[in-house]
Amino acid sequence: MGLEQKLGNMGVVTMSLEQAVNWGRTNAMWPMLFGLACCAMEMISTQAPMYDVSRFGMELMRASPRQADLMIVAGRVTRKMAPVLRRLYDQMPDPKWVIAMGDCASCGGVFNNYAIVQGVDEVVPVDVYVAGCPPRPEGLIHGVMTLHAKVRKEKLATWK
Amino acid sequence: MTDLREVETTLDQLRHLFTERAFSGETMVLNMGPQHPSTHGVLRLILELDGETVVRAIPDIGFLHTGVEKNMEAKTYLKALAMTDRLDYLNNIGNNLTYCLAIEKLMEVNVPERAQVLRVLMAELQRIASHLVWLGTHCIDLAALSILLYCFRDRERIMDIFEMVSGQRMMTTYIRPGGVWRDVPAGFEEAVKDFLEYLPAKLDDYERLLTNNPIFKMRAQGVGHISAEDALHWGMTGSSLRGSGVNYDVRRAMPYCGYETYDFDVPLETGGDVYSRYLCRMREFRESLKICRQALDRLPKTKGPVMTADRKVAPPPRSELSTSMESLIHHFKLYTEGFTPPVGEVYAATESPRGELGVRLVSDGTPKPQRVHYRCPSWANLQALTTMSEGCLVADLVAIIGSIDIVLGDVDR
Amino acid sequence: MNHVERTVAAIKAKFPEAVESVTEFRAETTVTVKPESIVAVSRFLRDDPDLNYNYLADLAGVDYYPDEPRFALSYIPYAMAVNARLRLKVFLSGDDPQVDSVSGVWRNADWYEREAFDMLGIQFNNHPDLRRILMPADWVGHPHRKDYPLGYEEVQFSFNWREIDSKKPYAKE
Repeated sequence: MGLEQKLGNMGVVTMSLEQAVNWGRTNAMWPMLFGLACCAMEMISTQAPMYDVSRFGMELMRASPRQADLMIVAGRVTRKMAPVLRRLYDQMPDPKWVIAMGDCASCGGVFNNYAIVQGVDEVVPVDVYVAGCPPRPEGLIHGVMTLHAKVRKEKLATWK
Repeated sequence: MTDLREVETTLDQLRHLFTERAFSGETMVLNMGPQHPSTHGVLRLILELDGETVVRAIPDIGFLHTGVEKNMEAKTYLKALAMTDRLDYLNNIGNNLTYCLAIEKLMEVNVPERAQVLRVLMAELQRIASHLVWLGTHCIDLAALSILLYCFRDRERIMDIFEMVSGQRMMTTYIRPGGVWRDVPAGFEEAVKDFLEYLPAKLDDYERLLTNNPIFKMRAQGVGHISAEDALHWGMTGSSLRGSGVNYDVRRAMPYCGYETYDFDVPLETGGDVYSRYLCRMREFRESLKICRQALDRLPKTKGPVMTADRKVAPPPRSELSTSMESLIHHFKLYTEGFTPPVGEVYAATESPRGELGVRLVSDGTPKPQRVHYRCPSWANLQALTTMSEGCLVADLVAIIGSIDIVLGDVDR
Repeated sequence: MNHVERTVAAIKAKFPEAVESVTEFRAETTVTVKPESIVAVSRFLRDDPDLNYNYLADLAGVDYYPDEPRFALSYIPYAMAVNARLRLKVFLSGDDPQVDSVSGVWRNADWYEREAFDMLGIQFNNHPDLRRILMPADWVGHPHRKDYPLGYEEVQFSFNWREIDSKKPYAKE
């Protein structure tokens, strides 16, 4: 007869702090509105009625980095844009995550040339890469789910 | 290592762009973008403000400069086609089409009739899809959020049709030099027909919501005015020019793909403000639907190949590859070495949803282009922003940017 | 005699020594003029009431490296009222590519010329605002020149994954 069994009758659930915080973080991620190129259209489609990412608590796209904890780099990052991207990343409060959406953000894609940064991981640390040119909205949602799984495994010791 | 130093541009370096009042501290110089929700991408504006009033708005572009034109010079003509999709990412079909028209002009290739009909149909569907995105994002800037959700719901149906035809939602690369990639699959005509029956009622809804809406009219009427003369001087095209009363449409001026045989009107407004451009685009929806219907009617009547028989640019059919050695070699050569157009320079243009989209192709007689230059409509339209925004409020600025419907991939290339 | 032919005749009559050649290719007429007379010819095309080229459709440069003259600029003026297009072309030397700006004639030449300056390094005299437009302000070189490398990062395959990955500059937190 432990305490937990009795608490159940009183409408109380027990869990570790780690689990509770990680659960909270995954279910209300606020992505930053960071559309760069083609992938931005698919990112909006993901928000739009058909795919409706608000099912995962992400309907609120924030234009300000200070209110966001997830940066979806949707599109190719140019050498001219890279410093801006880094500054925006630095302005985001911890904890923060980055999804590199699409081939261009992941590795440069078809544009292997002077103007494009060959993968946004040269500029900011990336948590999840989503392949596709552009990825389908389902692809982005899968990327978000993968990130959620990653966040759920985060440990108390490494929290920021 | 990526250089993450930010380039500082001091006010003194841009002294010639601002009035003297900016230096005496009377007016304020403010940066807007490149990360801003209302600039439709990564556009940066340097504003000189007198209180809330814009004195000068200087666009600073290049944050999405992809080097497409240079990259295309390093690829064969056919491989470079895949890059064109990604320029103006709301007009993928049109980018392919313009590039293919330039190649066809250079090599004097004739395109079969069925391919022409399919090209027109796909280009017009793309125009509708692009205008839907314009309507949604333009309204979101004017604080009408729900329209975006409606428009993207409708756009999904066009994306489904594209996916059905080409296997990709956006980057279709469906149009190839000499025709189109493949014939349409079974069920295509029904899908398009369904969509053409579905959309008009929705458009009525949007027009009921917006056209006579007093809030929308207050935000749009008399804002961002540009005269016909100024618009021509700044090289504006498309609905942005037609909103100022200049009747210029590439589909009429330089018909391609048999547009001269279709019955459609070119909507014209004379106001020259945000509202006129809005009215123009709304009417263009209906004209595009009209063209789609005509093209769909022609589709069953034009049976036949969708790729030219000219083996200089077109690969041999699959069935020949297993029986003919020459065909196999030819197929291999075509895709590895590519075709060689004659030396020369051509300019081909189409009417993109934003205006005149031109491709200037310079060939030096090798399988790779000497120079590809895209004459992009957003690029020209954005130049006029400084003139349009003089004396307007900061809040009106986002309405003006929305009304000229810029796509930064198109501006920066 | 169509409008373009009339235009060519008019240019030849007005500027007999400026016109270097007139060619026709795929129904497009190209008039090559001397670089020093491009502004005068442009102004004549725009202002002459019979010609009335009120619109500049396109302006872009091309690099013919290593040939000489190395650079060429193509202007496409358009007479909207009669629906006629012409191409003016000037050739510039590779050592010191310089030409007068036509932004005083057609205002939208402003950005096109800035692009040609940025991408090919062509100097436009009397341009109101000649700065880099697409590349960052401190960029070295002109990317569309043929002797400028495209820039290429080696592609990672399974056999060379480690080798390239060790060289890749990953960002820190």
